[in-house]
Amino acid sequence: MVWHVIGTFLAASAGTLALGMASSWVDRKVTARVQWRVGPPMLQPIYDILKLMGKETLVPARAVGSGFLLAPVVGLAAAAVAATILWVANLWPHEAFIGDLVVVIYLLTIPAVATIYGASASGSPHAAVGASREMKLLLSYELPLILSALVPVLQVARSPDFGATFSVGALVAYQHAAGWTLWSASGALGLVAAILAMQAKLTLVPFDQPEAETELMGGVYIEYSGPPLAVIKLSRMFMLAVAPVYVATLFLGGLGSATWQGWLALAGKVVALLVVVVLIRNTNPRVRIDQAVRFFWFGVAPVAIAAVVLAAMGY
Amino acid sequence: MGLTMLGLKKSPWVYHVNVGACNNCDIEILELLTPRYDVERFGMVLVGSPRHADALLVTGICTRQAEARLVEVYEQTAKPCVVFCIGSCAMTGGIFRHAYHFSRPVEDVIREADPGAIIAHVPGCPPKPEAMILGAVKALATL
Repeated sequence: MVWHVIGTFLAASAGTLALGMASSWVDRKVTARVQWRVGPPMLQPIYDILKLMGKETLVPARAVGSGFLLAPVVGLAAAAVAATILWVANLWPHEAFIGDLVVVIYLLTIPAVATIYGASASGSPHAAVGASREMKLLLSYELPLILSALVPVLQVARSPDFGATFSVGALVAYQHAAGWTLWSASGALGLVAAILAMQAKLTLVPFDQPEAETELMGGVYIEYSGPPLAVIKLSRMFMLAVAPVYVATLFLGGLGSATWQGWLALAGKVVALLVVVVLIRNTNPRVRIDQAVRFFWFGVAPVAIAAVVLAAMGY
Repeated sequence: MGLTMLGLKKSPWVYHVNVGACNNCDIEILELLTPRYDVERFGMVLVGSPRHADALLVTGICTRQAEARLVEVYEQTAKPCVVFCIGSCAMTGGIFRHAYHFSRPVEDVIREADPGAIIAHVPGCPPKPEAMILGAVKALATL
């Protein structure tokens, strides 16, 4: 039984790693194409990680070494476990446990919290400013993200077969039977809110204030080097794979059926979400942190609240 | 060490250090990183922190005040790393070599801090971005 769990975790992590590296390459290639240039070769993410694993690990004298080095590992582990739960819910909807949507949302906050902890443990004022920005960003986008996750839950709750449930597996099975969450007014609004909240969760422009390279010289990651930096890059790649799969599972039906058509459809959904995220990234400047908080609290949250109200009324 | 060197050759992340330049070389480095020359094909990315860097692009004559800071930045860079002396000022002091504020060529400063440092020179005043790419490619090929 334990080997079954460990095996599932390792298989899901390996798959998410491959998907994450491919997603990171797609991000860089689409960015390059939008800028009329060629861009990196396909194996570039692998080269980056290999190179970082071979560099030395430098720990600043004023850093809290244990927290500084453990934080990225905790973030990576949380992203990997969230990926495992999502893949299990997609592949075997009836084996998903009740409440795993809540667990996934909690796990997806851990990489951001680990970033804050690692940056605070760095002992650098740049990292401290980046950590405070990450805290403010976390406070701002979590509300619309959670509200948008309620939209498919409310839709499933109205159906007689499933009833009220927080299980991702039930959401996938309901969408397979009754159509995607997207094909409803509340679902469309919820998808918009989820995509914008996802942009902030991935700390991509216009919401990359914590790692602002031109302002904060690397911000939260300024003191990391070598293998710890490789773990951070890996956890960002994992999140770049998990976030589109999460949104596709909740709003676009996930892996409807485990046939080759279902896999192709899931790949198309993930690529489409990635391209939307990358295009938003390439066409917008970085906003100030107060503009970002105002945008999420007074712009995206009302949209998400409207989506929840519409879902509760049945639209 | 083979895989590490492969990674280093295919993914050199650069950090720009200005230790007293007239900004001409800095402008050329900025142009190097624009889409026209597209150095991301080689895996080169401009990073914000010396700790993330594999290549230090040092421009400018090493002024007396900047010498200690240059050594500090070099020690903060995770090894293995390559130091590129961009322009005649970084290589030899250029037209400012008789000035009162010039201390030593960048190579001497780095060698004193680390005798085993890998240092490459890109001559020019300022060197064209194509010359910088050629210098980077030659330096990475010798690793």
